[in-house]
Amino acid sequence: MLEGRVWVFGDNIDTDAIIPACYLSTVEPRELAQHLMEGIKPDFPGVVQCGDILIAGSNFGCGSSREHAPLSIKGAGISCVIARSFARIFYRNSINIGLPILECPDDLSTLTSGVDRLQVNLDQGLITHIQTGCVYQAAPFPPFMQEIINCGGLVEYIKARLNSEAP
Amino acid sequence: MVEKILAAKAGKDKVLPGDLVNVRVDLALGNDITAPVAIKEFERFGLDRVFDPEKIVLVPDHFTPNKDIAAAEQAMVLRCFAEKHAIKHYYEVGRMGIEHALLPEQGLIWPGAVIIGADSHTCTYGALGAFATGVGSTDLAVAMAIGEAWFKVPATIRFEYNGLMPRWIGGKDLILLTIGRIGVEGARYRAMEFTGTAIEKLSMDGRMTMTNMAIEAGGKCGYVQPDQTTFDYLEGRVTQPYSAVYSDDDVVYEQTFSFDITDLEPQIAFPPSPDNVYPVSEAAGIEIQQVVIGSCTNGRIEDLRVAAAVIKGKKVHPRIRLLVIPATQRIYLQALEEGLLTAFIEAEAAVSTPTCGPCLGGHMGILARGEKALATTNRNFTGRMGHPESEVYLSGPAVAAASAIAGKIVHPEEVL
Ligand code: SF4
Repeated sequence: MLEGRVWVFGDNIDTDAIIPACYLSTVEPRELAQHLMEGIKPDFPGVVQCGDILIAGSNFGCGSSREHAPLSIKGAGISCVIARSFARIFYRNSINIGLPILECPDDLSTLTSGVDRLQVNLDQGLITHIQTGCVYQAAPFPPFMQEIINCGGLVEYIKARLNSEAP
Repeated sequence: MVEKILAAKAGKDKVLPGDLVNVRVDLALGNDITAPVAIKEFERFGLDRVFDPEKIVLVPDHFTPNKDIAAAEQAMVLRCFAEKHAIKHYYEVGRMGIEHALLPEQGLIWPGAVIIGADSHTCTYGALGAFATGVGSTDLAVAMAIGEAWFKVPATIRFEYNGLMPRWIGGKDLILLTIGRIGVEGARYRAMEFTGTAIEKLSMDGRMTMTNMAIEAGGKCGYVQPDQTTFDYLEGRVTQPYSAVYSDDDVVYEQTFSFDITDLEPQIAFPPSPDNVYPVSEAAGIEIQQVVIGSCTNGRIEDLRVAAAVIKGKKVHPRIRLLVIPATQRIYLQALEEGLLTAFIEAEAAVSTPTCGPCLGGHMGILARGEKALATTNRNFTGRMGHPESEVYLSGPAVAAASAIAGKIVHPEEVL
């Protein structure tokens, strides 16, 4: 179960907005996190706190394949991303690095950034608004992807598979 | 076609859209931005070798020739890894080109192949009848380790282009038209099939421009079914045996879009999104400060020919910086031999060695606050080419060249 403050962003947030290309000459999640969302909300790295939840509209993470985008989100301590829909490479990258992301058809754009708090049950895809008690239902993951996330990412998942296949 | 390719590589008779499959990959690609992350992940496996040193391609093309010390260190990670694991297809600066122009040119792509690349424009290779898609660095790490990748089988949308191709129109205009119609998530998670009489006549360079931008519509891949143009292109490049895969006659498309292009005007994508598309007449007169002709979208020889034909004998407008970046060394040389580079340099353009450079705002032509550029690249998101308050317009090479001469966005006819 996760719980945190929300930060609300709009539709079609691209990877250049999440982490501009000029910072890609590092692979350190914490360094990357210092420039998170710099393209659209320059003060974001200063206000975001560990455990916060990122809310977005449709097609979140469109654009380049840079895994630096979910890495910078993870590096900033964000516990979960909830969007109406995700761009496909961002979606698979997040699963592959073990960053929980949920697709939720409900409109969460009216929540107040930095004020409203959500509680998220990843297994069931249940999202609860702490202040109002409103409950939203997100699509749970297919079992295969749930397994990858449970393992902590694709590398761990494959390692476990290789180990079990070894004679 | 995509379903058949994925079924074959997953060892199944048939797969359906939505199925999750594990497939063998024929090639896995990384660059100087994505491969260092992948290499770090790969090390976690604790393996002393990669699954197949001949099936991994590493291309330092984004921040190279090294733009600063950090970029130099990233490039070094790539180089050391390539040496340690005897990676056959590592392309050092001097042999390097922009990956999506380089791989087809070097004969590394063939019909029916499954190719993943830790770069979103990997979808370019669908122009040759392959299933090719962009993935992330962790996917690349896993592919380097075990030669497999997981996919959700995409449904297919068919895009049909008929009519006579007007003068000045190229693959870029067709794909911008398409993205403008369906939007940046119009083909999200989908395969995009490009077909119709106009595609039959379109050159391989033009087809690659189109499949390149499938991702800008959210597509998982874009492709053109192999035909004589494909086989002519492959001749002398691909040495290994392959068998082309085609869509079945009873294939089910999720949707079909048809375009009659007979009266199509050149297309422009306005900032800040590739689906913000208008005909050039509605962009006429917009003043710009920089024009970039290059990238994996439009840095091929045909693009340079089109641009040089417009520019030859004229001068770039005094207020404009024109950057011309051939996409690979071979294209560079060919442009030199054909006199195209002379035409650019005499027109007072800056011609650069192959690099992604300004396309992603890396180096070699960054925009200042408030500046506007017209580029033949594929993305015009806020801040893509530099300062967050700079703007990028997208077009094909003919409009880009003409606008560099006029100092503002114009139809190519206006500078002739
Ligand atoms: S030219 Fe631009 S879009 Fe193409 S690979 Fe390089 S950075 Fe990416």
